[in-house]
Amino acid sequence: MKVSELIRVINGKLINDGADLEREVKGGCGADLMSDVLASIQPEAVLLTGLCNPQVVRTAQMADVAAIVFVRGKNPPRETIELATQERIALITSPFGMFELCGRLYQAGLPSLERSVSDGPSDLE
Amino acid sequence: MTPTPPSKNVLINDQVAENITRTEELAYELRVNEVMTSSPKILSPEMIMRDVVEMFRKARISGAPVVQDENLVGIISMEDLIHCLCQSDLDAQASKYMTRNVLTVKGTDPVVEALKIFVSSKVGRLPVIDDQGRLIGILTKGDITRGLLKALQRDIQVEEIRKYRASHLFEDIESDRTSLILRYNIKPRDFTHGGAASSNIKRALLRLGASPQIARRCGIAVYEAEMNLIIHTLRGGVIRVEIEPNRISIEAYDDGPGIPDVELAMKPGYSTASEEIRELGFGAGMGLANIARCVDNMVIESVVDKGTRLKMRINLDKEESVGEGYSSRLDGGIS
Repeated sequence: MKVSELIRVINGKLINDGADLEREVKGGCGADLMSDVLASIQPEAVLLTGLCNPQVVRTAQMADVAAIVFVRGKNPPRETIELATQERIALITSPFGMFELCGRLYQAGLPSLERSVSDGPSDLE
Repeated sequence: MTPTPPSKNVLINDQVAENITRTEELAYELRVNEVMTSSPKILSPEMIMRDVVEMFRKARISGAPVVQDENLVGIISMEDLIHCLCQSDLDAQASKYMTRNVLTVKGTDPVVEALKIFVSSKVGRLPVIDDQGRLIGILTKGDITRGLLKALQRDIQVEEIRKYRASHLFEDIESDRTSLILRYNIKPRDFTHGGAASSNIKRALLRLGASPQIARRCGIAVYEAEMNLIIHTLRGGVIRVEIEPNRISIEAYDDGPGIPDVELAMKPGYSTASEEIRELGFGAGMGLANIARCVDNMVIESVVDKGTRLKMRINLDKEESVGEGYSSRLDGGIS
């Protein structure tokens, strides 16, 4: 699914400039803990989150996230928008909650790109 | 596509400048003569309108400048042609129906000047003239779009060249062991810039020819280490990345407060972070476990009140990348 199509599915609004809306989204991941995202997300996923600080964009950049969706109509602060514009990552806000967003995107055919974190090195368990 | 040129009395500060897109910049950088169509189809004032129609049809154009003795004297557009057809006057000369007061643009003008005219006048094409007023080309909105797209493409190529140069950095240097060392100073509690070092490191690795998988693993590991320095240290710390053709060695070190029980700190879910840190999405006790997952080798040395040194290594000659669940491209390693 392209980012532009995803925006339609979730009644979303694009917040920043400079991102490639033709970029292919291969699946989704929803989380508010950035360490969880870094541990579990696979490349080219859309990240659904309620967290709005610039670390969301940094996390997305490190983990090769295709687009970021802020849930429950949240709007990120200026620093977050500026960083996303600079790094060319699409920021989208949607009026729906996390639960409904996951449902809508899953129904539209997006698989989960969230991996279980319990398969890490066994000596750390 | 239409740029928003600054009004004359407003100074552009950094804040405004950050919001200018590359396309807008290009509209100021590119000159009209770089994007125009050179040697366009031209008409003479004596040309019969029937022949004008035929020429438009054959050349698949919807307008052309009228030139006499190298000087631009008018232009015929669709509107003029329709006017002529309504009068059933196809045997008339072009001079009878052409628009005489033609808006023009100079070849040396920046593209943004032409855009301004297109926006304010609704004309479809602009004859392009040189300093002596001679016609040198014609410019449509389509020419501008194509020109901007080509220029953006060139931007991408510049990055490619940069990448190519960097990826061959080690080739011509002879030594027993060559490496590139990057150092970043990390300030404590600087959440606004948190991740900037990791971002630069990831970009550097990609330019050096590392595969996206290697760059991603390295980026995630360094990012967690960087956030740890920001969250936990008293006076910040240093990230040092040593890049060699066959491995990347990363160290994150600080001078306090130190970790009392390293084994406990490594346990997923264990955290000493404050509620404030957790609200930022960090301090879930996953950081060190995440790092262990991304690197091939990891060592923590810590002494309370002295400091902590976290050493990480990623080998570039391995077929399988550890912990990421997919294999890295062999040919993608730094060459």
